[in-house]
Amino acid sequence: MTDIRTEDVASVRDLTIAFATDAEPVVAVSSISLEAHAGEVLAIVGESGSGKTVTANSLLGLLPETATLSGAVVIRGREGEETDVVHATHAQLRAMRGRDAAMVFQEPSTALNPVFTVGAQIAEGLRAHQKLSKRQAKAKAVDILRRVGIPDPEKRVDDYPHQFSGGQKQRVVIAMALVLDAGLIIADEPTTALDVTVQAEILELLRACRDEFGATIVLITHNMGVVADLADRVIVMYRGEIVEQAPVRELFAHPREEYTRQLLAAVPHVGRGKSAIQDAAAPAPTSAPAGSLVVAQNLHIAYPGRFGSAGVVAVKGVDFWIGPGEVLGLVGESGSGKTTIGRAIVGLTAVVDGSLNVLGTEMRGAKPRRLAKLRPDIGFVFQDPATSFNPLLTIADCIAEPLVVHGRAANPAAARARVDELLDAVRLPTDFGDRYPHELSGGQRQRASLARALALDPKLLIADEPTSALDVSVQARVLELFDELQRELGFACLFISHDLAVIDEVADRIVVLRHGEIREQGTTVQVLADPRDDYTKRLLASLPVPDPDEQAARRAVWQATRTI
Amino acid sequence: MATVSAPRKRPLADRIPVVSQLRQSIGLQRGMLIAGLVLLSLFILTAIFAPLLAPYSWAQQSVNGHDFGTQQPPNATNLLGTTVSGFDVLSRVIWGAQTALLVIICAIVFSIFLGIFIGLVSGYFGGWLDRILVVIADAIYAFPSLLLAIVMSIVISRGQSTLWGGILAAAISITVVFVPQYFRVVRAEVVRVKAEPFVESAKVIGVPTLRILVRHVLRNSTRSIPVIITLNASEAVLTLAGLGFLGFGIEATAAAEWGYDLSRSVADVTSGIWWTAIPPGVAIVLVVLGITLVGESLNDLSDPRLRRRRRAAGVAPAPAAVVVDVPESGEVAVPYSTDAEERSS
Repeated sequence: MTDIRTEDVASVRDLTIAFATDAEPVVAVSSISLEAHAGEVLAIVGESGSGKTVTANSLLGLLPETATLSGAVVIRGREGEETDVVHATHAQLRAMRGRDAAMVFQEPSTALNPVFTVGAQIAEGLRAHQKLSKRQAKAKAVDILRRVGIPDPEKRVDDYPHQFSGGQKQRVVIAMALVLDAGLIIADEPTTALDVTVQAEILELLRACRDEFGATIVLITHNMGVVADLADRVIVMYRGEIVEQAPVRELFAHPREEYTRQLLAAVPHVGRGKSAIQDAAAPAPTSAPAGSLVVAQNLHIAYPGRFGSAGVVAVKGVDFWIGPGEVLGLVGESGSGKTTIGRAIVGLTAVVDGSLNVLGTEMRGAKPRRLAKLRPDIGFVFQDPATSFNPLLTIADCIAEPLVVHGRAANPAAARARVDELLDAVRLPTDFGDRYPHELSGGQRQRASLARALALDPKLLIADEPTSALDVSVQARVLELFDELQRELGFACLFISHDLAVIDEVADRIVVLRHGEIREQGTTVQVLADPRDDYTKRLLASLPVPDPDEQAARRAVWQATRTI
Repeated sequence: MATVSAPRKRPLADRIPVVSQLRQSIGLQRGMLIAGLVLLSLFILTAIFAPLLAPYSWAQQSVNGHDFGTQQPPNATNLLGTTVSGFDVLSRVIWGAQTALLVIICAIVFSIFLGIFIGLVSGYFGGWLDRILVVIADAIYAFPSLLLAIVMSIVISRGQSTLWGGILAAAISITVVFVPQYFRVVRAEVVRVKAEPFVESAKVIGVPTLRILVRHVLRNSTRSIPVIITLNASEAVLTLAGLGFLGFGIEATAAAEWGYDLSRSVADVTSGIWWTAIPPGVAIVLVVLGITLVGESLNDLSDPRLRRRRRAAGVAPAPAAVVVDVPESGEVAVPYSTDAEERSS
């Protein structure tokens, strides 16, 4: 292997990976070659099924037994020792992992063992590779925790994972990767499970990993904003092949391949959606107009505790309304109560105080019979299209269910004409109705989900993060479809999302929630272009935009908001 | 509209429980499943065709006015010899299969419907009913099933050992022990399934509760039931044999029963008479082994994490195999590769 330059920390030559399945073997990665240069952040981007995670796992030899590899994957350590992962023995792999290459996983809460202290878990990796006493290992653990920005590390080193917040847990996971001074850190969607404000902090830390620790980072992500923020060089993968490799600025400014161009065009961008066409000067309505479908006043929602004990109050006194034909965007981070509000509107969670009036029915203390009358007028689109369909029923049966239940059709077969109409409306071929949910892709399932929600011509649609489980290009098409249908059918909608850019695409007005309270409320352009509240400002500043130069400027703004 | 394939229903052979798993299996798991299925079908065929297969009746002591004699070693008239009471061993072993099958069927029928029903109701509605049922189920685990069976046999037949008395005693005691097992398994699945968004979406649509329970929850909660059925069946055979061995089973003249024959042959073993003990003992072992092998391999095969697959033979540079279909919208359904990614991460 003479063509591998010595400064490459990882080099992959003609790597092909196939998986044995119940049916035909599946080629996940076919004949790709790439290298990670020392001290750079290499981003591998692609949609689900593109083979990016498989490629990253192959760098550490972390593939399951059903995988067959061919080609070469060479990891070079800081001292220059080389390991060919494809042909290495278990002992060689074990020696390489941690010392030369380490991994940061997507979900920090599952990457840490809940029954050991974080100090013990960091020390475990240390003592597997070096001869250290317990005291020395702990001292090193404290040191590394301080360097990844855990406050008061002498005390926190003895804490258990559940005592840390999500962002702190990810810091601990990164500390575990850094503690052995590995030259290569593979970060697989390191910020996907985190809120956007926390994501910004973790990206800052990863940048420090490169600058201060001199580590090379291979960043696997589907988020073009994260790529623009952090990466030096980008590899675009599609269906197991490398489509394009380029330095980050070049890729965003002049994408060479059609696929890359489509991918970039599909990324939603704050300021290019409805906020661009709204009149910023138009005053936001301050009270519910006549004919509002949902009016909430001083709304409190709580989850009951076990056996009569006081439960968790998720929503603490919010006032909002959804006017006729209006799309209200509800934005907030995890734990803000946004999903709870959506569930309360359809009666899945109980209103404990205040008033929630939905289509003329008071939801506080509403009887099941009153709720049953509301059902046909409210549609609901769930977050994860994979689980919101009964896996044993065909798509047509699932879409026919509301029609049958509300007596519009005697049985699923009789409803087929209407189902075909609906499938057509969401741009799905009608014979997809005979398929089972697992035979559809995520985007197709979410279209079917939309068809089911619209089956009874509802006046109100609740969409709970309908696109967060989808790839960007699919998300763009689903949002487009949603917008079209909304204009055509004129239903009012509560659109719940954590992503301001997505909200910008669809919403007429925005409500920003935090910890169950409303921080800001106004028209889309007001909230996004001229936020009044500090929290909204911070949310906006934390959101990475898919443009490296603009993102660099925004990073400076974000640094300023950190102090408030 | 590019290439939209015709609706792809899975072929019938892939939807029948055991057959589909047999088709998926490879290697040792396949061997276990086939061995179990062969033993099990042998057992069932023997039970059904016992009147044709058995040379004599289970309580016959003579043929053509000529006595078999007691404890005769295997000979031309009695291929496996005779017992201490002068019955033909081979005939009793064959007829015994019928009794065992009846017990298995009764035990499963009694426990499965009740267990699934209370599991469904308890898991879905939760609350106090659920807690009470769980405590009762836990308490029942503490009972030895044989003790219950003895009590049952006294209650049902007042100590008389008739065919149906013995079968019902075994089946009901098994029911008492196994209802909690079906209950537990179904309840756990129901608790999982009822939190799935598709059940919530049914609620939001306004589907009546009964329809949710049957159409959406129950149908998705029955995965582990085949495994429990096999456990239930082998436990039923063992309990019947235990009852018979203790003398609470079925009288020799009412029906053939392996446990009873074993208990009568205890004295024979020490005097070197092997042919009265070994055939019924082997029959019990083979039936339980067959059922257990089927249950174990079904358990392994129904779990994708335990199921073994053929290794991908060579790395064929044919990414075309990945592409399932490319609908007009350009979204690509690649179910297997994402699946593989999830497994590897």
